[in-house]
This record gives sequence, structure tokens and C-alpha cells, in this order.
Amino acid sequence: MANKQISQMGLPKSIANVFAARNVFTAKALSLMELRVQNEHLAGHLPTHMKGLDEALCGGIPFGVLTELVGPAGIGKTQFCLKLSLLASLPANYGGLDGHVIYIDVESKFSSRRLIEIGVKSFPEIFHRKEMAQEMAGRIHVLRPASLSEFTESLQQIKVSLLQNQVKLLVIDSMAALVTGEFEHGAPRQKTLGWHVSFIKSLAEFSRIPVVVTNQVRSQSRDETCHYFFQVQSWNETIEDRTRHDSHLVAALGINWAHAVTIRLVLEAKSGQRFIKVAKSPIAPPLAFPFNITSSGILLLSDDGIELTGPDINTIHCQGLSLRFCWGNLQKNIKWMPKTTIGHY
Amino acid sequence: MRVASHSHRLDGSAGGCGTVNGAQTAWDLLHEEAMFPRITTSCEDLDNILGGGINCKEVTEIGGVPGIGKTQLGIQLAINVQIPVDYGGLGGKAIYIDTEGSFMVERALQIAEACIEDMSECGGLLRKDFQAFQLKMHPNNILENIFYFRVCSYTEQIALINYLDKFISEHKDVKIVIVDSVTFHFRQDFDDLALRTRLLSGMALKLMKLAKDFSLVVVLLNQVTTKYIDGSFQLTLALGDSWSHSCTNRVILYWNGNERYAYIDKSPSLRSASAPYSVTSKGIRNSASNCKRIKSGVVHLVISRVGHG
Repeated sequence: MANKQISQMGLPKSIANVFAARNVFTAKALSLMELRVQNEHLAGHLPTHMKGLDEALCGGIPFGVLTELVGPAGIGKTQFCLKLSLLASLPANYGGLDGHVIYIDVESKFSSRRLIEIGVKSFPEIFHRKEMAQEMAGRIHVLRPASLSEFTESLQQIKVSLLQNQVKLLVIDSMAALVTGEFEHGAPRQKTLGWHVSFIKSLAEFSRIPVVVTNQVRSQSRDETCHYFFQVQSWNETIEDRTRHDSHLVAALGINWAHAVTIRLVLEAKSGQRFIKVAKSPIAPPLAFPFNITSSGILLLSDDGIELTGPDINTIHCQGLSLRFCWGNLQKNIKWMPKTTIGHY
Repeated sequence: MRVASHSHRLDGSAGGCGTVNGAQTAWDLLHEEAMFPRITTSCEDLDNILGGGINCKEVTEIGGVPGIGKTQLGIQLAINVQIPVDYGGLGGKAIYIDTEGSFMVERALQIAEACIEDMSECGGLLRKDFQAFQLKMHPNNILENIFYFRVCSYTEQIALINYLDKFISEHKDVKIVIVDSVTFHFRQDFDDLALRTRLLSGMALKLMKLAKDFSLVVVLLNQVTTKYIDGSFQLTLALGDSWSHSCTNRVILYWNGNERYAYIDKSPSLRSASAPYSVTSKGIRNSASNCKRIKSGVVHLVISRVGHG
């Protein structure tokens, strides 16, 4: 495909050959657009079936880039991932990608029972038939790497199966759990994370699939209220800032990671209500949608998002919601898993 | 050739002081600068602190935290370069080098459509050529004039930049090169920092030469990092101290309360100043609070240029 694009650019043969040899992908922006509209599902998006969010993201979770879900424990990140896995496995006429899903479940949060429940409640016409339910669930391959090095190995194998074109979605739940705890905070971790980020991004791009990664939160330490040298602050202001930031959480994995993801969806709880916010996106405005977790997955309470101005879209709140009794915690104790959902790589 | 012949002419006339071959006088440079208009950013306040827009024949570095609007500005410039000179652009094509995969075609289309809409609005104020222009500028034509390159490693990035002069010789209508971001591949995995510094400065020199030889606008987008200075952590642009000298101009995009601001950190000819801007569905525009006077930077620019033309 890269070669076809290069030939359309009207480059002289010598340069075209060099670029092709070095795998430099190049195209005119228009042909990029046309190619995607012609060949890809909804011009390259996986609809989430949450109308407001899909509209904001111009169709859904985009192909070829990293989408991050970040939020406090129990807020609904795994629920979102389960729903997306299901949606990707559905046939095209139900709005799915009719493909396989690789689900990397680091913290053993994947619950196939919950997956089937979401399926039955959202798409009863498919899931009430046992062989259909088995086929859909059979398309979701769950991996449980015990360490970062195992994960790295499986990434290489994933690359091979991506080349076979059957996998349509990659979910990593969660990236933070893989990386934290293996290293001391600081340079070695950043370097390894950097390699993984580059590799996963290139996987997403050459196979043109959506990649969803979940991230944890941690509390913001005082030292992190960062400004540039030219932003002079008065002493009073600084104190105010500190108290404001003490109650906030920030995404884990650092600023390099924040730069590397293309779309960041923040899930948070404010005054007892859960919100999903489009915190970083090249195309969507900074909107927040209130949502609840129901038996059929995640339900937006309003399709008209609330537009937030300023850097507040990035802050992560965890107020007023008792997150102890949530799906993640309950399901952790259930060891039973139907055999069809576990793939061996 | 042009420069050499110029100095010969000077030699021939009043005799003056012996001119150094290949040198240009400051007076000539001044006139040359006037011949190359700047590219508007579509935000009037931002254009003002930039002296009218992003300048030709120079490398401008623009950095900021994630989500501040670097890619948005990059895409806006890739589109604005195509605007005819009278309207704030350079009537040329764009090269967009994407190192992170953040270029989204749908967004470029959105911004292109909004740009054309804005043009049509102020079309009534202009006399000549408007009909012809309107026929030429269709969003698809705009996308067609953006050459998109995706590089996935630092070696590819350097190789590509080294080949750009051949590419641009074949495509003389390219007027802007945007690298989004110049940082990404140099941040992961670099053991040898001395090597990194050498590669980066080599790259900067190459880009500077491209800018001068072909009269291009070169825009490099950079990320941020934190540095421990004077007992506290501060935000600063990535890639280190020696890189910070490499670019002609340096602009930092930052949050000031709830507004996005741009700050001229370094420039040989511009004062340090800040200006607010916003990112809207149409692209980069004036910040909402400053919108009362004029709708968009483009309209203002058009009016001012028509006044002189």
C-alpha cells in the first residue's frame, strides 16, 4: 500500500525507490482521505454505540492510533473495554468490525460472564442463540502476561497475527500495571515505556486497527504544579494553586506518555456522578458526558456533552462516589472462565 | 547566482568597499524580507506578536504540553500556506512530516472547509480575482496540496530530511515544511546523548539550509519536559539545552488560567510577548474574549493588504 501511495505522489523514480526501501510512508493528504473512506469501516472508526461520544469523535474510536482510557479504580474503564471488545467482534451489519480481538488483561479483570451479560442485554437477537454467543465470545482472545518481558514477547507475536489481518482491535488493560512496580521511577522506566509506546503505535498504524489502552491514576505531588520560567506567580497565588491541586489525581505514566497517546478519554466522578471526558483529541472539542454503568455496558445520560474550557478537562476527579462495590472488584474473585475465550499464543 | 551577481553589480558602480563574494548587504536583506510575506496563523493576536505571521527563510520552533494545540496549529499552517498571497498565505503547497501519527485527515478537511468559508465571507470586500480563486479552492484541492510523510524512527526522520532538498527541487511550489513532532523519536531509547545532540544539530542545520535555499517556512513542533531549576520543577521544551539554540525562533504554547496563550520565547527580531488564541472547530482562531472586533485573523489581514494593494 505504501508503494501505491508513493507512485501517486509524482516523485522521481530515484527518490520513490529510496522512500520505499526505507519504508517511509508518504501520500497526498487527499489520497489518505479517499483510501480510508473507500476501504475502511466508517472511514476508519469503531463506533462505541454511545451517540454523543461517537459524534464528538467523528464516528468512534479511530483506527491506527492509540486511544487511552484513564480514571480512578472502579470507574468503568474495564467495562468500556469489554463493551468495545464485544462491538469489534460483531458482524458488520450490527455495526461491528466482524473480527478478532486481542485483550491483554494484566490485572485479571476480564470477566467473560460480564461480557456475555453485556452482549445479551445489548444485542439480544444475536446472543440468545447459543452458537452465535459462542462464536462472538470465541473471537476475543485474552492474554495474561505475568511480567513486562512476557508482554514484550507477546507483542512480537501479536504483530505476526496482525499481519494475517483477522484481528480488528487490541485492548491493553492496563498499561500502568505492566510498567509500574517493575522499575524505580525515573530514567530506566521511561526508556522501556518509550520503546513499548513506539512499538504499539507502529502496530496500530501499519495494521490500521484501533488500540485502546487503559491507564491508572495517582495523586499529584506538590512538585508537579509546573509552570514555565516566564510564568511569574505571586506567593499567594502559589499557595492557592497548591491547595487546589492537592485534591486532584493525575494520569500515571508521565508526560511522555501523555504526548504519545492520540486520544485521551478521562473517566471521573464528580459529586457522585460519573463523567467521560474527551481530554485530548485532534478533532473533538473538550466535552464531558455524564454516564452510568448498566447491565448493557455504559450508558450516556446525555448525548449533548458539556463543553469544558481550560486545562480542567485534563484533571481527574474522584469525589462522592463509593467505588468499592463495583464490577471490577466483584468479578476478581470469580475464577471460572469458559474455555472458548482463552487463546494461547 | 543571484547573490553573486548582485555583489558584482555593486562592485561595478560606486566602487565602495570590496564586497565579499557571496555576502549580501543588510540593505539588500531588508528588501528581500519585504518580498516574502508571512503566513497567517488565522489568529490575529498571534499574528501580531509574530510580526504578521510565521516568517520565511527561518526555522520556527513551537512547543507545549499535550493538548495545547500544536498539531492543530501545524495543520492550520499547512492549509494557510495555500491561501493566495493577498489573503495571508504564500500560494504554495505544504509538506507535513508526521512522527507521532497525530495528523488526522478528517480534521484537516474540517479546517480546510472553514478556511474556504472565511475566504468567501471576505470575498465581497475584494475587487479582483475572486471568482477565479473561488473555483480553485475546494477542500479536496487543499488536501491534495499537502504532502504527508510518516516516519517511524529517528533514522527515517533524518533520512527524510536529508532527501527533502531533492524533493523540493522537484516540487518548487512547496512553501512550508512542518515536522510534528521533531521530538518524539529522539526521546525514546537514546542511550548516547552526545550522539543525539550531534544528530539534532545536524538536522537543524539541514532544515535551516532548506529554509534559506528555497525560501521556505519551516515549523518544528516540540514537546515539553520538566527540569529541576532553582529548587523547583519547571516546564521547559524538550531535547535539551543545545537544541534550544538551534532554531531561529521559539514559541511556547501554554495554559494561562482557562485560556491558551502563545509566548515568544526567543527571536532575533520579535519582542517577548504573549497573546491568547483558541482552538475551535474551524481551527486556530482568536480567543473568544477578543473576538468582538474582527471575526478572524484572515479577514483582518485581507483588509489590511487590500488597503495597501
